[in-house]
Amino acid sequence: MIRVSLPHHLRTLAGVGDEVELEPGGQVTQRIILDALEAKYPMLRGTIRDHATQRRRPLVRFFACGQDVSHELPDVPLPGLVASGAEPFIVMGAIAGG
Amino acid sequence: MTGVRLLVGTKKGAFILISDAKREQWEVSGPHFAGWEIYHVKGSPVDPNRIYASQTSAWFGQVIQRSDDGGKTWSQPGTPASDPAIPSDGMPKGDSNKFVYDGIPGTHQWYDGTQHPWEFKRVWHLEPSLTELNTVYAGVEDAALFRSTDGAESWHELSGLRQHNTGPKWQPGAGGMCLHTILLDPVNPDRIFVAISAAGAFRTDDGAKTWRPINSGLRSEFMPDPTAEVGHCVHRIAMHPSRPQTLFMQKHWDIMRSDDAGDSWLEVSGNLPSDFGFPIDIHAHEPETIYVVPIKSDSEHFPPDGKLRVYRSRTGGNEWEELTEGLPQRDCYVNVLRDAMSVDSLDPCGIYFGTTGGQVYGSANAGDSWAPIVRDLPAVLSVEAQTLS
Repeated sequence: MIRVSLPHHLRTLAGVGDEVELEPGGQVTQRIILDALEAKYPMLRGTIRDHATQRRRPLVRFFACGQDVSHELPDVPLPGLVASGAEPFIVMGAIAGG
Repeated sequence: MTGVRLLVGTKKGAFILISDAKREQWEVSGPHFAGWEIYHVKGSPVDPNRIYASQTSAWFGQVIQRSDDGGKTWSQPGTPASDPAIPSDGMPKGDSNKFVYDGIPGTHQWYDGTQHPWEFKRVWHLEPSLTELNTVYAGVEDAALFRSTDGAESWHELSGLRQHNTGPKWQPGAGGMCLHTILLDPVNPDRIFVAISAAGAFRTDDGAKTWRPINSGLRSEFMPDPTAEVGHCVHRIAMHPSRPQTLFMQKHWDIMRSDDAGDSWLEVSGNLPSDFGFPIDIHAHEPETIYVVPIKSDSEHFPPDGKLRVYRSRTGGNEWEELTEGLPQRDCYVNVLRDAMSVDSLDPCGIYFGTTGGQVYGSANAGDSWAPIVRDLPAVLSVEAQTLS
């Protein structure tokens, strides 16, 4: 079980609480998590990754175990604590703008 | 109930304002989609309870919302909030947010004159079909026209516009390269007008397969060739449904009119204190009565002399009268954006506009006097009036 923490606006959009739980299967990577997240909550498609390019939107950041993994390649395995569900995979809106 | 429903998009959510036909007392609901920029909210002429909203964010991109009960409840089309399960077959869910250019997007002119790839950013304007409940058009940034025929569950670009041979010469205005005006001809279903900042106005006569610029007569001094075929910063176009051959335009500077469906334009700025501005609209029952809100200049986006004045022409332009009763006449430095003015079709005609200061003003007597409906919303991006019967 993977835990994913979403920012306020995406929680509202998906109608969920602070965290959602996913069972993506296989090696846990950003792409695997986001594919599973969008499959379970299709209203989030396009809000984290661009619809056309599948790239992370510029003002969205990813954190795992206290580390900013936003610039990791999407198929790089995430830390074991995220894969085990001990730590959440955190999706965050960048602190920018007003 | 006969009355009016105002659909108000703001920088921080949508608001719905409802009144009976007297238009004196208003109920306000919202914010809907709190915290998101709502560029435009518009109802279907076929069924006014079918309402579409463009919800957007620099962080989280574009979301389309739809209501089928007059704005009481909303969902992403095809992806009801109550049903987030993985689809077993059929239409993939979440496609209502998907605006992907047809083919290889190509490039347009950037601010510095270089070529820049077309990149989708947001939906500026939603225009529901005049006749088909599930058909709706979307004008987007970077400028393109999309259409949905399934109630906004999925979108397809009408790429003949963007692929016009002048496309590489289009350039963004200060607010981005947006397609902000879509006018559907009520007589000829194959005719559509659009306007783009800063490319100009375009018309199709074959159902959006091919387009041509309709900018003859426009003059824009900021351009190397002030009368070029494209590059004009058109801010808004209005058309009265009884006279689809006649168009009124608020350009970056200049108020223009055309009586030949955009083939040629004539300036009708007349005695306005400034002919810079954003919205322009037409009285519901008098097709030669038009309204603008003059703004001081392109570098000072507020009313001249700190006085918020609507100007009305009953002669289709050139001769303008200021309308000030009930509007602030000192220390007022708000702006009124291009989609933030609308009229109802009651008698007398009601007219409404919203400001970047968060006020929505209404007049139930065609502009003779005004009163604030709400004073403290977030900056208003759009106002659409629905007449309820």
